[in-house]
This record gives sequence, structure tokens and C-alpha cells, in this order.
Amino acid sequence: MNWGLARIAYKLLINDRAKFTSLLVGITFAVFLMITMTSLFAGVLSRASATVINIGASVWVMDPAVQTVANSIPLPDYVLDEVRSIPGVKYAVPLYSGSALLKLNDGTYQAASVMGIDDTSLFGRPNLISGTINDIFAENAFIAIQDSEFSKLENPRIGTTFQVNDHRGVIVGIGRVASSGLFGVPTLYTTYSRARQYIPNTRFTISYLLVEPNAPADVPRIEKQVRDAGYLALTKDEFTQKISRFYMFQTGLGMNMLIMTIVSFIIGLSISGQTFYSFVIENIDKFGALKAIGARARELIAMILLQASLVALTGLGIGVGLCAATIWLARLYLPDYAAIMTFFNLCLAFGMVVVIAVISSYFGVRKVLTIEPFDIFRG
Amino acid sequence: MDTAHPAIQASGLNKWFGEGDARTHAVRDVEFEAYFGEIVYIVGPSGSGKTTMLSMISGILRPNSGTVKIHGTDIWSLPEDEIADFRLHKIGFVFQDYHLFPRLTTAENVAIPLILQSRAWDDAIREARKDLEIVGLASRCDLPPVKLSGGEQQRVAIARAIVSRPDILILDEPTASLDGDTGRMIISFVRQNILSERRCIVVVTHDSRIFEYADRILKMEDGRVTAAEKGKLHEE
Repeated sequence: MNWGLARIAYKLLINDRAKFTSLLVGITFAVFLMITMTSLFAGVLSRASATVINIGASVWVMDPAVQTVANSIPLPDYVLDEVRSIPGVKYAVPLYSGSALLKLNDGTYQAASVMGIDDTSLFGRPNLISGTINDIFAENAFIAIQDSEFSKLENPRIGTTFQVNDHRGVIVGIGRVASSGLFGVPTLYTTYSRARQYIPNTRFTISYLLVEPNAPADVPRIEKQVRDAGYLALTKDEFTQKISRFYMFQTGLGMNMLIMTIVSFIIGLSISGQTFYSFVIENIDKFGALKAIGARARELIAMILLQASLVALTGLGIGVGLCAATIWLARLYLPDYAAIMTFFNLCLAFGMVVVIAVISSYFGVRKVLTIEPFDIFRG
Repeated sequence: MDTAHPAIQASGLNKWFGEGDARTHAVRDVEFEAYFGEIVYIVGPSGSGKTTMLSMISGILRPNSGTVKIHGTDIWSLPEDEIADFRLHKIGFVFQDYHLFPRLTTAENVAIPLILQSRAWDDAIREARKDLEIVGLASRCDLPPVKLSGGEQQRVAIARAIVSRPDILILDEPTASLDGDTGRMIISFVRQNILSERRCIVVVTHDSRIFEYADRILKMEDGRVTAAEKGKLHEE
């Protein structure tokens, strides 16, 4: 690489402020839109799997018709015994996952998600930031989760009471979980038996069976035997993927996000492509003169690629920064704002920016390759 | 002037464009020699083939037949990359429209041939400043070319052409964009300051006002050299 030529290329780009700004705006805007869209989608998917992430079980047993963790289909009680008898199962516990309408002290009603965890093991319990876990066995005891929906329970403290299905409920602890839910309702944890007792139920009450295998190698056998019994066993990752697939392909959400991402890409490509091409055209006679002086085609191509890469990476950096700032600002005012910038989002944006840079520079490179030094003499 | 060893020696040069009925013969059987220490003008009306000939003798346009030897090297027998390299090291160009990058300073524009030769940036800029001093533009080094007058831009282009110390200097219509006085001043400057015993300068022009500065003048018409005469300098 001729660093002097690289410096010339850099100066040619930077000193043309109007075009450089226009190129940056185009790519930054495209990156911002792309990352915002994909981050929102990632946020929605993460929240859709919040229960799976928060409970943290290695293997989940469910009815095969289950599509998302929020729409459980109750399992007969005997399934619990059957799963516990499978070789390789270290333990298996029931989980109740449902919703309830709470009557708060000010007389208003608030929907809430209720998790009933196994009375014996308390497997899947949240980390407490106040209170003690043993108090969950106290009469009417519930643990409130301090997430973005916490304020909807009127910011309860230990001892705050409410009514659930005409039963008295008492907050005995405030907990914290890794991920907030998707549906904008607060979450309460209690014991499995109290959940069954307080909330109107169907005949069967086990939403999921949470299974811990003796070793990871036992998982395939457990999955097979559960399948043979007519049910479905999925690892945590498999269940998360199943939920993601549902939202991606069966709700229209994924398609909308994909369309928006493609539109962002096209906008970025058209703005930066046209600007970059006109930038090359404006300098085409100078590139021809460089060829006449003795520059080789590959040196001129390197100059153009360097300029395109510089704009692309700068635009990517500004776009990512802008998106991060927007998410941070949005969360200050909208605690429910579901957007997560993941490594995958960034890789996707990087890939798209590379494609924009390659396509934009392609036409410029073609033009530079076709200009002959003789054309410069001919004027 | 060393007439035993020509700087440029072209023989049997032919160039045509197109094929069949559309074929246009731009240069026909041209013999040409230029020597170190002289300024040779190639003159003629538009379409006479002078630019085509200039392009062939400077290693830019490949002839259909004939040879061009510069300093004894048959340039058209070299591979393309080596021809480009040859131009970069041995030939300096001054283009009719200067072709200076408006977004670079004059010093950076002048330094370009050295940068293409992979010289270190600071070194190249230092050399460029020296040459800008030679052409009388020391105070304009850090300005962009668009801030300079036409005559000053022409001198920047000359500085760029000589910065790599080439043996051959090619000037294409150097006074076409300048008024008469400035044109004469520029070519007089080239004669006095740029021409040396180890340098040959070839100028394509149709500006008769500057003919007096030539050592020899070749007249071209319909692709042929029709006359060769000494410049007015030698008539005195």
C-alpha cells in the first residue's frame, strides 16, 4: 500500500466537505435505521423469551402445540412422574405460568403475570433485592419483580397488599430478573401450590416441567423419551429459537422488520451510491491525468476503495453511536422500550455497509478503469 | 546539443482509429527525433494528428506500427506496467487544462509524481515546495489551485511535471487557456529555467505567438510531418 496515495485519497474525500457530508449522512441514516429496526426486533424477541431466560431451566417439557412461552398448554400431572423416571434426569419440577387481574389498594385493576415455582425446590426463583426467600411460604405471599413494569403495581414495598381473585396477596419480597416481559404487565412470583389455589385454573395446572439433566449428554435421550410419550422437550436455547421463529414467521413482525431493514439499505445505497459516483465523475479527468503521469489502475482502484471504506466505516460508527444514544434516551423516558443492540445487529449493519461501499465504489472503479490517458490529451 | 544520442527517436509511426470504411488514419509514417537541450514544437491545424503523435511518443497511445525510443529504450516493447513506470520516472506532463486536484494544496498537487514513486510524504512535499519556488510560487504552496490565476495554475502544472526530474517534458497546448502576454511569459520561463542540457521539451501548440521560443518546429498536416524548420531563435 502506498501510504502517500492513501493520504491523497483521504484528503480528496475529506476536503470535499459537501460530498463527504452527504455520503456520511446517507450511510449514517441507513445504519441508524437498520440497527434501530433490528435492535427493536431483537428486543421484542428477547422479551418474548423473558420467562425462559429468567427461570433458567436447562430443559423445558411442554405440549407439542405450544408456540410461545406465554401460551402454555397445561400438562397432566402424571407427565411429571413420567419425566422424573427417565434415566438421566437429575430432577424435574413443575412451573405454573399464567396471568391474573390484581385489585390494587387504590381500587384500580392491573393485569399481572404470575409465576408459580416449585414449592419444594423454589427452582427458578428470582434474585431478591429486598426480603428473604423463605417468606414466600408465608400466608398470601408474593414476590414482586422490579422491572420496567414495577410502577404499575404502585411501586409496592414489603407488606403492600392487593387482591387477586378475591384472595388477599402480600408482597414479601422485591426481586430482579434478567429480562422484562413482552406484554407490558408486571410480574409476581409465588409458590406453585398458591398459584394453583389463587388463580382460576383448568383441570391440569402444570404449564411446564423444568428438567435438569445429570449431564448435557443426557439431553438427547430425555428429548427422545419425552417425544415418545407424546410431549416435547426443548433445551433453553431451542425453546428461545422456537419462540423467535414464531414471532419472525407467524406474526408478520419479522417480515415488517425485514422490509424496513431492506428499505433502509436501499435508501443508504441510493444516497451514497449516487454521491460517490458523482464524486468520482467530478475527479475523473484528474484520475486520467494520474494515469498519464504513471499511476497504475490498481493504485487508482485502491484510492477509490479506501475512500469508500473510510466513508462506510465512519458512517457505521456514527450510525451505531446515534442508535445507542437513541436507545439510551428512549429508555430514560420509556422504560418499556424494547431494543437491544446485539453483536448480530452490528455484524448485519457492518455487512450491509460493506455491500453499500462495494456497490457504490464499483461504478466509480469502472469509470476510472475506462478513462484513457489519451482522452486527457484529447480534452 | 548532443545530436548523436537523441532523447526521442520515432520511426515509421502509424496510427489509425476504427476499421473498414470507418478507418481514420491519424498519423502516417512519421519520423521524428528530438534532442536533449532543445525545445521542439509540433504545430498544425486541428485534426492534423499532433496530439496523437504526442501521445505515441510519450508512451500513452500505442502506435499501430513503428517504434519510439526514448533514451535508447523502445518503450512500446515494454509491458504495460513498465511503460507506466517509465512515464512516471522519465517523462513529465503539462496538460492543456492543467488537471490539478482542486481539493489539494498546490504543494500536494506538485508532489503527486513523487508520491506515485512511493516517496515519503514529507520528503515529497519538501521537494514540491522547492519546485514551486523555482516557478515563483513559494508563497502559494498551501493554497488550493482554484485560488490561483490561470498563469499560476500553469506554473503549478509545470512544477508538477519537473518535480521528479524527468528527462523529457511534454507540454500539450500550454498557452491555450492563457492570454498572449501570460502565454509568452510562461514559455519564456520554461525556456530559461526548465530547459537544460539534460532535458528535452516537446510542445504541441497552434499558438503562433510563442513560435519564437522553439529550437525546431515540425509542421503536421493530415497525419504527416510536412515541414521542419528552425525556430526564430536560430534565425538571428
